[in-house]
Amino acid sequence: MTDLVLLVDAYLVDALPEIWFGAVMFALAMYVVLDGFDFGIGMLYATRDDEHEKETFLTAFGPVWDANEVWVVAFGTMLLAAFPPVYSRVLADHYLLALGFVLALLFRGLGPEMREQRDNERWKRYWDYSFIGGSFLAPLLFGTLAGRWIFDAPTLSLPALLTGVGLVTVSVATGAAFLTAKTKPRLASDLRTYGIIATLAYLIGVVALLTTVVVTDAGGAAEMVLSLPVGAIVVLSVVAGGGGSVLALRGKYRAWLVSALGLPALLSLLVALLLYPTIYPPTGLTVREAVVSPLALNLVTILGFPALLLVLWYFKFLYGVFSGPIEGEGYKN
Amino acid sequence: MFLTALPDVLIQGWALQLSPELASRAQFGWTISVHIIFASLSVGLAPFIVYFTWKDVRTDEERFTRLRSFWVKVFAAGFVMGTVTGIPMSFQFGTNFPQFAEVAGELIGGPLAFEAKMAFFLEAVFLGVLLFGQERVSDRTYILSSVLVGVGAWLSAFWILIVNAWMQTPQGFEMITRNGMEVAKLTDPLAAFFTPRMPWMYVHMVNASVISVALLVAGVSAYIVWKKRDAAAWNTALKLAVIILLVTAPLQAVHGDAYGRHVADTQPQKFAAMEAHYDTGTADLHLLAFPKSIDAITDPKAENLLTVSLPGVGSFLATGGDFDAEVLGLNEYEENPPVAIVFWSFRFMVGLGFLFIGLALWGGYLIYNRRLSESSRFLKTMIAASPLGYAALLTGWYVTEIGRQPWVIQDELRTSEAVSSTLSGSEATLTLVGFVVIYIGLILVALHVLRWLVEDELRELGVKVSDDDRWYGPVPKVSDDD
Repeated sequence: MTDLVLLVDAYLVDALPEIWFGAVMFALAMYVVLDGFDFGIGMLYATRDDEHEKETFLTAFGPVWDANEVWVVAFGTMLLAAFPPVYSRVLADHYLLALGFVLALLFRGLGPEMREQRDNERWKRYWDYSFIGGSFLAPLLFGTLAGRWIFDAPTLSLPALLTGVGLVTVSVATGAAFLTAKTKPRLASDLRTYGIIATLAYLIGVVALLTTVVVTDAGGAAEMVLSLPVGAIVVLSVVAGGGGSVLALRGKYRAWLVSALGLPALLSLLVALLLYPTIYPPTGLTVREAVVSPLALNLVTILGFPALLLVLWYFKFLYGVFSGPIEGEGYKN
Repeated sequence: MFLTALPDVLIQGWALQLSPELASRAQFGWTISVHIIFASLSVGLAPFIVYFTWKDVRTDEERFTRLRSFWVKVFAAGFVMGTVTGIPMSFQFGTNFPQFAEVAGELIGGPLAFEAKMAFFLEAVFLGVLLFGQERVSDRTYILSSVLVGVGAWLSAFWILIVNAWMQTPQGFEMITRNGMEVAKLTDPLAAFFTPRMPWMYVHMVNASVISVALLVAGVSAYIVWKKRDAAAWNTALKLAVIILLVTAPLQAVHGDAYGRHVADTQPQKFAAMEAHYDTGTADLHLLAFPKSIDAITDPKAENLLTVSLPGVGSFLATGGDFDAEVLGLNEYEENPPVAIVFWSFRFMVGLGFLFIGLALWGGYLIYNRRLSESSRFLKTMIAASPLGYAALLTGWYVTEIGRQPWVIQDELRTSEAVSSTLSGSEATLTLVGFVVIYIGLILVALHVLRWLVEDELRELGVKVSDDDRWYGPVPKVSDDD
């Protein structure tokens, strides 16, 4: 019985609210990294005219996008489970952005799936538009929403829009790296160019964003931005982006993919730094104020963490099954 | 609710702007009505997929390869539709009903997060393997993938229904003040997860999903068999669907009867609305009800209905044996759910339930006489009945959800208090219109995809299919020679 009482009255460990903040940010990072390259595939798809090349892109996208997208649900529901007021306010205060984002996801998800249902030129073209448009709008709206949340800024402001654009460009960069690692050399040199341009655009965007934040002190984040950890993230991003571009030019595509995926991961880490301890800057709500009671948090920890590990194993399995470059016809359906 | 507020809406002028509450409720109701069709398709189709995959891999018979391949395609299209319509659902708890999310966060957040982590991922990951991985994994892993996809679908329903059942019969919490707001604090997880309603709801919903899919499988099979009587695979599928209906349809009626008693015990107001029972006292059971006038449709009351009723049987059902028991009437409450919608939805659902039992028995009789594929009348009836499972499933949910009004959490939080205070009527109306337009397009696309899959199957079976592509949807007409 004493064990049960302990479970009710106190967090399993003192830092459990902070651990959960980290877990929620981890889910966000998984989403931004994994669905990010899906978005990138969707945007780069716009540059393809050849049906065979389109099919190659869709083959790389097909088996994994759905599972990747679930990370946004994991992020949202983990946020709700641990910090309900933040979940409520983030979504309610950014109503049109949030619902615009889910509708963009809808068009992105349906596009490739519906395209395959009918061998007809015009039908395919409409679903291509759906795929491309959704893949562009989803990261733009999600990033803009995040910018508003983190910097307490209006939609049409530099901090919000630069965050949106940052997510778009980093998605193109990782999408290009992922596709290059999955396709034949002929496509690779072409994709490499897009990837390097997107990487540079992203790095410039991040620096512009942080400069704007320092100058305007948006959301009171200037001091944090000038701190050592944020400086380290910027330096690491420049190293990963620059180094990745060099690796890409030398044809070391696997290494390029690893360093490219580091960019959205570092971006998520930046978000986490900016949201701690004030998890909802518009109202000044902190992690400790927003967190649920010990029993509820202990419960989601005991049941949720093993589940999270299992999910990571599923992903290892999934990417293992579909690893390596795509051959000729793609996967048999 | 919608009908009573309609005049106000029209008075507000040409902009047709709804109040944030009304627009939010209409939007949630509409989006979940579309979503639940695809969600229950996954739940109901899962056992069929597992069976076909197992038979296909183990026996290598052509008919099972055909059935597996066809229904996996339907499952995949349905799963994508379910994913893209399901994500807006979880977001709307925050965008439209943030007070609900904040008040109930400790209670509903856990189960919703478990749904994502334990169920949704499982389904999404192994569907990828099921769709694209047959050449890349062993037979055993392939069969296991189909099982895991099914387990994912059933677990999804489990966690989601924990949340919904808690909203009907909330327990395991206390109200405390946090950040200046009255919120529910979890005190007893077992009580909160396994509420009195939970087992009733789970069995009823999973069984309803299987019935709906069995009717869909039967309808599609009947259509193909009607076009080509000796299509071995589809005779097998038709027979299988009828056998499943023979078990599940009667089970739903017996279970539903007991479920009704449970509702009378735990949500007397909802039960009274289901029977349009206004005055406290013995309740009659209206077996059949016909409106005498237009008023009776929108305001069903005993005096303006032509009913075939069993006196006292309402009391008998509510209490499990006492004809004279007092049943609380709607007049006892300050505010009631929209009685008309609940009353008629309930009758519609029950009526369809009995129709399904009749269809199952008819099919069973034909199987017994080995004439299942010969009776054109039966085949045509099953084709016509194929969407009716979903009609019953939706109206059943209307009874459950609209019958709970004016509460979002029974006796704890009113729906009107749960709506976002920062939401404007024009924003809410805008997104409502957007969801209505987009989802109608989505349903049309889904129906066309199903039709094309059936036509492709017929072509493969050597049946000539007309290329006449009539297109009623918003997307331009397409045809093969385009």
